[in-house]
Amino acid sequence: MREAWRRTLPIIVVVAALLIVWYVAALIVDAPQGALAQERPLLPTPGQVTGALLTGILQPLDSPRSLIYHAAVTASSALVGFALAFVVGIALAIAIVNVRMLDRSLMPWIIASQTVPALAVAPMVVVVLGNIGLTGLIPKALIAAWLSFFPIVTAMVTGLRSPERIQLDLLRTYSAGSWHVFAQLRWPASMGFLFPGMKVAATLAVVGAIVAELPTGAQAGLGARLLAASYYGQTLQLWAALVMASILAVVVVALVDGARSLLVHARGGRL
Amino acid sequence: MRHAAAPIAFGLIVLGLWQAACVGFQIPRILLPAPTAIAAAFAANLPLLGADFVQTVIRSVLPGFAMGSGAGFIVGLLVDASPFLRRGVLPVASLAGALPIVGIAPIMVMWFGFDWQSKAAVAAVMTFFPMLINTVAGLEAAGAMERDLMRSYSASPVQTLEKLRLPAALPYIFTALKLNTTLALIGAIVAEFFGTPTVGMGFRISTEAARLDLDVVWAETLLAAITGSALFFGLAYLERIVTFWRPAFQSSSEKEMR
Repeated sequence: MREAWRRTLPIIVVVAALLIVWYVAALIVDAPQGALAQERPLLPTPGQVTGALLTGILQPLDSPRSLIYHAAVTASSALVGFALAFVVGIALAIAIVNVRMLDRSLMPWIIASQTVPALAVAPMVVVVLGNIGLTGLIPKALIAAWLSFFPIVTAMVTGLRSPERIQLDLLRTYSAGSWHVFAQLRWPASMGFLFPGMKVAATLAVVGAIVAELPTGAQAGLGARLLAASYYGQTLQLWAALVMASILAVVVVALVDGARSLLVHARGGRL
Repeated sequence: MRHAAAPIAFGLIVLGLWQAACVGFQIPRILLPAPTAIAAAFAANLPLLGADFVQTVIRSVLPGFAMGSGAGFIVGLLVDASPFLRRGVLPVASLAGALPIVGIAPIMVMWFGFDWQSKAAVAAVMTFFPMLINTVAGLEAAGAMERDLMRSYSASPVQTLEKLRLPAALPYIFTALKLNTTLALIGAIVAEFFGTPTVGMGFRISTEAARLDLDVVWAETLLAAITGSALFFGLAYLERIVTFWRPAFQSSSEKEMR
């Protein structure tokens, strides 16, 4: 109990301090126009943002103002993109670890692929895919996948290479083939590395899905909501959409954590 | 640099296949222009690209990157001084680092206007958290033995920081810097989607894509790729020089053993 308190008290203090700073700053910034009373404050207070968030969440689901609806649109393309990135990322990592030529030739390009600001290309991807008849979820999922495959590849490459020489030697004395080395040693060893990579990838998939919604004409999704709110100067809606996006990211990361605990449980308490 | 041959060969093969596919299958330009067409568009639009580069990279990305990384480093040093703050700030910063921070772009445009200030602000906020987290983690990285040695020399906390803990933190700081180059570029470009003084790489990409003038978009993408790679690999090179003592940089034979 005391241990838990020792760990949570500093977090509570820091969060409370941030909220107080935010509140005071909002009072000062909005004072000239009469704080708290306006519909479009320059910096809304935490209370105003919570209010707008609740209003958005409590709308009926088919309403265009429902934040749950917009979050679901964003979440679907983020999840499809994440699944794609997961499959491609793991396949690439296995190929890189097993084929030495690929390690030399492909890995630098995978790193280089991330120095291309993928989000900058998002409008073009959406337009180009729109030309060949792919609209809706797929372009957004592809952008999300492009962002999120990198952490999975790097984590898996590190993980598959993590077994030590002595462990590899042991399997060799059992005259294990390369498939057995992979299935019995490399793959299980990589799991501890995979999940931190997946957490980063999950967040990036959400970011990718949100930004991919910006150039699509802004019909649905949290990104579209951000764009519309910014266009009409609806600051409260803007902040509410932003908080909703953050909640979505936290939920997705929590899902990855949940999958991790399931695996830990299935493997008898350790990863 | 010795191992550059394989990736370069791979890249050339991909470019060759791309060119051959574009010419051979007559892929419409609107879908995927050939590499030569992109190069031609790049050359033809040099003044435009130059102006966009100055607006986005020189005036938005670099100041934002410097402000965010600098602030993250300084706050990291301050947080490190107090165990209470470290326990409080670190979880909050990790959470903030996992949020879609780029979503603040419209707010920053609203606060700081259409010009580079709002773009630099987005880049600064996005780069702040990775640097803060990595600085705090890096300052923890020095081993207990080395710390004890410093204590046995009766080194002051500042001396320990300067001679032992900051150098030990450098690999972490460089990790954050390299990550931040991409983040700052993304932040600035995405912020331009929300409003610009009609110049800048993000503005150009979104407007020209909407007008289906895809040659310019591809040229602009190439520019963004070159910029991102130059920043990243430049920092990686600097890292090699500054942290020459790291085992990873001392011999490449270790990795080959695997």
